[in-house]
This record gives sequence, C-alpha cells and structure tokens, in this order.
Amino acid sequence: MKWVSFFIISLFCNTAFAAGKLLATPGVSQIEGSAGGGLVPWAQLAGYASEDEWSIAAFCSRGHVKNYSLDVCGVQGNLFNRIELSYAEQEFDVPALSTRIDQKISGVKVRLYGDIVYSDWPQLSAGIQHKSLKDGKVAKLVGAESTHGNDIYFAASKLHLGALYGYNWFWNITARYSEANQTGLLGFGAKDADKKWLLEASSAVFLSREIALGAEFREKLNNLGLGESHWRDIFIAWFPNKSLNVTAAWLDLGSIAGVDKQTGWYVSIAGYF
Amino acid sequence: MSLDKTYKRLLLAIAMAVTLSACQSTPNSFYQQVGEQAGLERLVDAFIKQIGQDEVIFPYFKQTNVSHFRTGFITHMCDVLDGPCKYEGDSMAQIHTGMKINEHDFNHTVDLLIAAMTDVGLSHRLQNKILARLAPLRAQIIKI
Repeated sequence: MKWVSFFIISLFCNTAFAAGKLLATPGVSQIEGSAGGGLVPWAQLAGYASEDEWSIAAFCSRGHVKNYSLDVCGVQGNLFNRIELSYAEQEFDVPALSTRIDQKISGVKVRLYGDIVYSDWPQLSAGIQHKSLKDGKVAKLVGAESTHGNDIYFAASKLHLGALYGYNWFWNITARYSEANQTGLLGFGAKDADKKWLLEASSAVFLSREIALGAEFREKLNNLGLGESHWRDIFIAWFPNKSLNVTAAWLDLGSIAGVDKQTGWYVSIAGYF
Repeated sequence: MSLDKTYKRLLLAIAMAVTLSACQSTPNSFYQQVGEQAGLERLVDAFIKQIGQDEVIFPYFKQTNVSHFRTGFITHMCDVLDGPCKYEGDSMAQIHTGMKINEHDFNHTVDLLIAAMTDVGLSHRLQNKILARLAPLRAQIIKI
C-alpha cells in the first residue's frame, strides 16, 4: 500500500511529464487497451516515455454501429519504453435485447527491437491480452466454450519519413493467436474450434505533424457459425500536443451475432502524463 | 499524309515529349529547395535561436563557440542536402562523444529543428525529406 501511495504521490508531484518521443509516434489507443490504432494493437508502446522515462496514459472510446455500441475506458503504463501495461473495461450494449456485456482486459506488451522512426528494421513487439467476461450468459447462449481467454500477438511497425511525396507514411502488421469470438464479447472458442493466427494491419499518412489519416483491417474468426466478419475502419487522428489525442473513425464491422451491416462511427480521446 | 510519315511524326512527338518532361522533372536539389546558402543560413540561425531559448538543450552548448557551430552546421547541412559543399569538420561521433545525449534530449532537439524549419517557412513535405536525410546520423550522435 505504501508503494501505491508513493506511486500516486510521485505521479502528481511530477510536473514534467514524459515527452521523449516525437509527436504522434506512440499511436493511439485500441479497443482492448493497448497502444495501437482503434482496432489493431501496434508495435509502439503507449505514451511518450523514452528509454529513461515512464509514463501513464488514459483513454475512453465509444464505437456506435447500427444495432450495438461499445464503450471502453482504460489506462496504460509505459516503463522505459520497454514494457507496456494496460487495463481496459468494455461495455457492449445490445439495446434490442436490453443486454449489456462487460469485459475486462489486462495487457502486457514488450518492445523486442527497434524504434519506429530510427531503426533500420521495423519496431517489433510481442504482447498478451487477458480477457474475461463478467457474465458469460450470452457467450454460453451462442455456443462459446469459455468466458475468458488470452490473445497473444506480434506486431511490427515503421514510420517512413517523407516517403509518400514528402508525407510521412506509417504501417503496422500484427499477427494474433486467438480463439475470441467478436474480440471476446461473445466468449472464447466453440465446439471443434481451434485457436488460430489472425492477420491485422494498419496504415496511415501524416497530412501534417498533428493529423494522420489511415485505415485498418482486422481478421476475425467464425467459431460460432454466425457469419462473424472481418473488421475495417478509416480513421483520422489529431495530436495537438504530447498530452492529448482525439481520434475519429468510420467503422465497418460487418455482421455481429447474426445481424449484418454493422457500420457506424467511433471516437476516442486520450490523455498522456 | 502517308502512314509512314504519320508514324515518324508521332515518334518525333513522343521523343520531344519525353525530352521535355525529362527537363521538367529534373529535381531541384534539397539544397535549392531550402533556398541555397542564404536559406541555410536563415534555417541554422533559427535553430540556434530555438536552442538559445531552450532550458533542456542550451546547457549542452555552454562550452560551444556559436559561430564555429553555425559555420560547421551550415556546411554540413549543405553537404547532406546535396549542395555544392564538402563538410570536412569533425565527425558527428567526434563532436558528440562524451555528451551522453539520451533519447529524450535527441528527440527534443529534433522538435527544435522542426520548429526552426517552420519558423523559416519550409513546407511540411520538405521538412520531412530533410529529417529523412538527417535521421541516419542519430547513431553517431546519441548515447556516446
């Protein structure tokens, strides 16, 4: 307990917040709490801590599609730009059934190699997301085997300075080993279903130092036979300074729990300390 | 007009178009885009001004002869940006050895250079291309 209070006091006493990275290079926050795009965890670690610093970040996001909405809030700690610890709580609303699905996600990401700007090869990270549903009723109903699960992933990302007609170009590729149905909101696994490697990818162009325009793709499983679709988004992210990020996106989540054409909007706000 | 003549004229037209576009697409060097010697002087002066106002980076320059730094950096930039100069001063490693510049201070200096480039009105795209040229030097500057 002493350690916790020490940590909290030092947090508020520390007026000079970590700012050792270049603007926008930590990316934004993804729906499972890791630093990434909106949907995909990236190789960058959350926050502006460089290798001699630590930092804390907090975010809240809301995604709203035709028949559902998802609210997420989370926190991220960055230790010496080597380890990212994250925790996020998701509330998934299904108004038609007057049901809410709550999921908690704890994450750890480790930077294995490189720097997205300066290293010859892309920055590489490995991570794990431990997810658990508060109430497995819906998951069991649709045929999931478990109410908790672990995703592991490897991510590679790179920012190419001036590479696209002078504009900075970013890309990320992530491979995720998962058995989650709709990222875990509909449980994990199913009868005769195995964990699989899934491909996720993002790319963005920086129109200025502060504004990036990009797109994402996230491959999904179809364990439950409900026609689960791959996810896509187009996003615009605004980084007015190293303390704030606001991201907006257009979502195409395809079919969710048998209800198709789930398109809509997403907005996320993050603060960095 | 015979087909043969038409064909020859067409070939000639294509050849001229190719030659012309080759002339037009001859890229101005980054050195020219920055505004040559005068532009580089403005840029380096703006950078020095940024450093002078910065409490984190200024201490690194306490022992520095500013006019020596100014001349050296202008020549170095002229060289790196394909200008008609050959930088023959101390290497980046020689200059920065012992300074133990960490990641934070290095990136903060990049922030100051970006601010200086903005101050002298260089376009966002030109700034990125200049940063791309300078980025590989980081290994000879940082943590030594």
